[in-house]
Amino acid sequence: MPLFDPKDQSRYAAFTRRTLMVSGGMTAVFAVLAGRLYQLEVLEGDQFKTRSEENRVSERLVAPPRGRIHDRFGIELANNRQNFRVLLIPEQAASSVRVAVDEIGRLIYLSDRQREHVLREANQNKPFVPLIVAENLSWEDFSRLNLHVPYLGGVQPDVGQTRAYPFAQDLAHVLGYVGAVSSEEQAEDSDPLLTLPGFRTGKRGIEKAYESEVRGKAGVSRVEVNAYGRVVRELSREPSEAGADIYLTIDQNLQKFVMQRLGQESAATAVMDTSNGDVLALGSTPSFDPNLFNIGVSTAQWKAWMADDHTPLINKTIGGLYPPGSTIKPAMALAALDAGLENLHVHCSGAITLGNHEFHCWKRTGHGAVDLHRGIIVSCDVFFYEVARRLGIDRIEAAAHALGLGKQTGIELPGEKAGVVPGRAWKEAHYGVPWQQGETLVTGIGQGYLNVTPLQLCTMVARIASGNAVSPRLVRVVGGEAQSRVDLPRLPYSDRALTAVRSGMDGVTNTPGGTAFAWRIPVPGFEMAGKTGTAQVRVISREEHRAGVRKNQSLPWKLRDHAVFIAFAPVSLPRYACAVLVEHGGLPEHPQVQMARDILLYAQQRDPLKLPTAYPLRAATKGGAPKRA
Amino acid sequence: MTTPAYLAMRRSLSVQDKLLDFNWPLILAICVIACIGFAMLYSVAGGHFSPWASKQMLRFCVGLVLLTAAALVDIRVWMALAYPFYAICLLLLVAVEAFGHVGLGAQRWIELGPVQIQPSELMKIALILALARYLHGLGVEDVSKPLRLFVPLAMIALPAALVLMQPNLGTATILIMDGASLLFLAGLSWWWILPTLGLVAAAVPIAWQFLHDYQKRRVLTFLNPQNDALGAGWNISQAEIAIGSGGITGKGFLQGTQSQLNFLPEKETDFIFTSVGEEFGLLGCIALLLLFATVIGYGVRIAMSSRSQFGRLVALGLTLNFFFYIMINGAMVMGLIPVVGIPMPLLSYGGTALLTVMFGFGILMSVHVHRLTEIPRHSGIIL
Repeated sequence: MPLFDPKDQSRYAAFTRRTLMVSGGMTAVFAVLAGRLYQLEVLEGDQFKTRSEENRVSERLVAPPRGRIHDRFGIELANNRQNFRVLLIPEQAASSVRVAVDEIGRLIYLSDRQREHVLREANQNKPFVPLIVAENLSWEDFSRLNLHVPYLGGVQPDVGQTRAYPFAQDLAHVLGYVGAVSSEEQAEDSDPLLTLPGFRTGKRGIEKAYESEVRGKAGVSRVEVNAYGRVVRELSREPSEAGADIYLTIDQNLQKFVMQRLGQESAATAVMDTSNGDVLALGSTPSFDPNLFNIGVSTAQWKAWMADDHTPLINKTIGGLYPPGSTIKPAMALAALDAGLENLHVHCSGAITLGNHEFHCWKRTGHGAVDLHRGIIVSCDVFFYEVARRLGIDRIEAAAHALGLGKQTGIELPGEKAGVVPGRAWKEAHYGVPWQQGETLVTGIGQGYLNVTPLQLCTMVARIASGNAVSPRLVRVVGGEAQSRVDLPRLPYSDRALTAVRSGMDGVTNTPGGTAFAWRIPVPGFEMAGKTGTAQVRVISREEHRAGVRKNQSLPWKLRDHAVFIAFAPVSLPRYACAVLVEHGGLPEHPQVQMARDILLYAQQRDPLKLPTAYPLRAATKGGAPKRA
Repeated sequence: MTTPAYLAMRRSLSVQDKLLDFNWPLILAICVIACIGFAMLYSVAGGHFSPWASKQMLRFCVGLVLLTAAALVDIRVWMALAYPFYAICLLLLVAVEAFGHVGLGAQRWIELGPVQIQPSELMKIALILALARYLHGLGVEDVSKPLRLFVPLAMIALPAALVLMQPNLGTATILIMDGASLLFLAGLSWWWILPTLGLVAAAVPIAWQFLHDYQKRRVLTFLNPQNDALGAGWNISQAEIAIGSGGITGKGFLQGTQSQLNFLPEKETDFIFTSVGEEFGLLGCIALLLLFATVIGYGVRIAMSSRSQFGRLVALGLTLNFFFYIMINGAMVMGLIPVVGIPMPLLSYGGTALLTVMFGFGILMSVHVHRLTEIPRHSGIIL
């Protein structure tokens, strides 16, 4: 066999040429790969480094503790308690989520709903996402679980924080409550905290009004995560900033007494410092437990609240509107005194006639000769019909406004109603017909269009008692900063007029024959002055009069008149103003007067205004700082 | 006379002679690359030998034995076995199609007892052997004759079609490229080559119609990765981030966050190269590419030094096959071409691919050891 095959020579030459070409091609490809590496790692390296870092680091929000709410003496009204929870991490469960839940269910009570919820969540989330199996466990349940944890795969006892209201029903209407973030809130508020699962925001009351203050600022925990979002380790932590603590003007002790005293009545009351408008107690009954909203309100509970004709969820002190009835009469008297009617004498025969309409006094037999002082004491309607007629609606309107009616008092609570003080312009705007004089007369005794909130009534009596245009306020200190307040202007009425009206109100309770004499405060030095009122819910018709239906107690509850009482005490140097309204409480024993009597006596004996408050640590710099003895 | 040339002429070399004549620098380069692979597998497992590095090391040892065994086999025996080997592989491909194991959405494996065989991998070597065997008998002027050309084209088309049906576009492409390059090296006329290239370019839009949905998606995603950054584009963008974030010197061994935090899918197989980029940077990548180039350079040298056309074609064919893997995988992980399932040879975790590559190197070594063996064009070797 020849060593040299000529044909092989030519093949070898061709192979060599082609091999060189192929080698050149391979070199070119390697050059392209190297070039691409240079582009990725050198030219765009920084950009990719950033993206790699972003891939790796995830920022997790750390929820701040919500600011606490205290009463004026520092008692915690809303705080954060430990929330004993049990979490389940599905991927660590010994066999399956269902088995794990059953095992937990053997140690603590789990409702069917809870079980279904966990199983549903387990299907929707990645297996390493901890599921909340149960919250708000008792210490006993929590300890029992902890004891069994070593034998339960994936079960993790956990202590979170949740809002708590230690006084439950007492302050539900003042504090409000917290609840899950709504989609509207998320749309309006860009705070990333709102996106945290389980985050709660204030829904009503102070919790809502001061939401931005008590919420605090989110902390950030930078964690290293893998591609599935599982946390590998924490890299750094920026602690959250706790929400601001709030100190209210409320005296929890008095508040508790007020709530107990109102009892199961559908009633509302406010107790105010006449010198500056500090609200010491603000009660609306029946109440509810705000803690329930945090834990979860059952459907049955919700239905019960909705069906209750005593409307437990409504804060009647600011959200209930009632005709003031005869409690408007001190305001009428005040306006009359400065309008030159101080010497007005009227003979009450039980009714007066205006045009072809007869206006009755509550006392059918009439009061006889009545002057202004006696008019207040016996609450003579005919006298005040005459006063109203002589004043005219314009001056009545002005007086009502001066005493704080017809507009929001500005208390730091959401949902306050403005009420109605009618006038010519108002009537024209709302009904399109001119004002009638008969309506002036009806307004004069607190009926007709006139509508006020119990808090407005309390404001009115505080203004009469102090002579200053005080406005109610609830919040003393936010985050260590005393809330500034405007200087209180004097009322546009003379001291002489104010003194006369106070004297009339003194007579109501402390003069035999006064409408509230039977329920006066008999303790020397603690006497109260007041004014009773009855707000008609319906007009008792002539036919019913004839049939003998005249007494409220013979009517169904819903149809009875509302009972109103405004008062201040002590008479000698008024410090406490109080208004009480009992829905459909128009009974001869005047329950509202009895409540006011007990509340004012308790308030004076305790005298929270004399006690040193917990705050401010720093005096307010703006406006007039509250000065106290 | 104990020179290799003399011994070659005697056409019978002892096992010891052959071992002594091994191209040891080539084996060293292969081992170094494989060790880099072990290191990367150790790293992507978060600094653990299990589950990948330890297994891969074991397989590599088996591969070295296989390499040695294949290298000791006389090149003429390989030539004699070329056609039967090809026939068996073709049968296996048909078998896979008929009752193969479906893995990762494609029929690629066949199970023979405890061993999983991926016939498409073996087919690459079988095709190179068979084509070389056929072309060995042809002179330069014969290659371009249409009637002569029909047989090799059929030899390429048959397995390529079967593999395409699995479906495995990557391997089919490599089979076609392997076959085409052998024809090219055998001296196929440019009159054939240039029009064919033109036809292929023209046929791309038509071929598009026949692609599977997942293949189309890969191509579309490649053209615009941001289109689907969390879906199909994920692999590409995460691979680019991994390589790019390495910078010039890399994040350091075991410091690659992309792969260790699982941002990279298939980090231990097709995307292992990205870990090299991330942890050792541009310098590490270039060094690795140079090692690959060294292996390829030895392959070219072996081919050039072979005295038989069969030996040359087999040697360069296997070298090119190795190169195609590097080219496609490298371009893929760097975002230059769409994602196709082609591993990085010697680095990627996986038994069949590693053993096949080692087997290929074994035959390459056999060509080297028997480089002086002359085989007549019409050698009459028939099995």
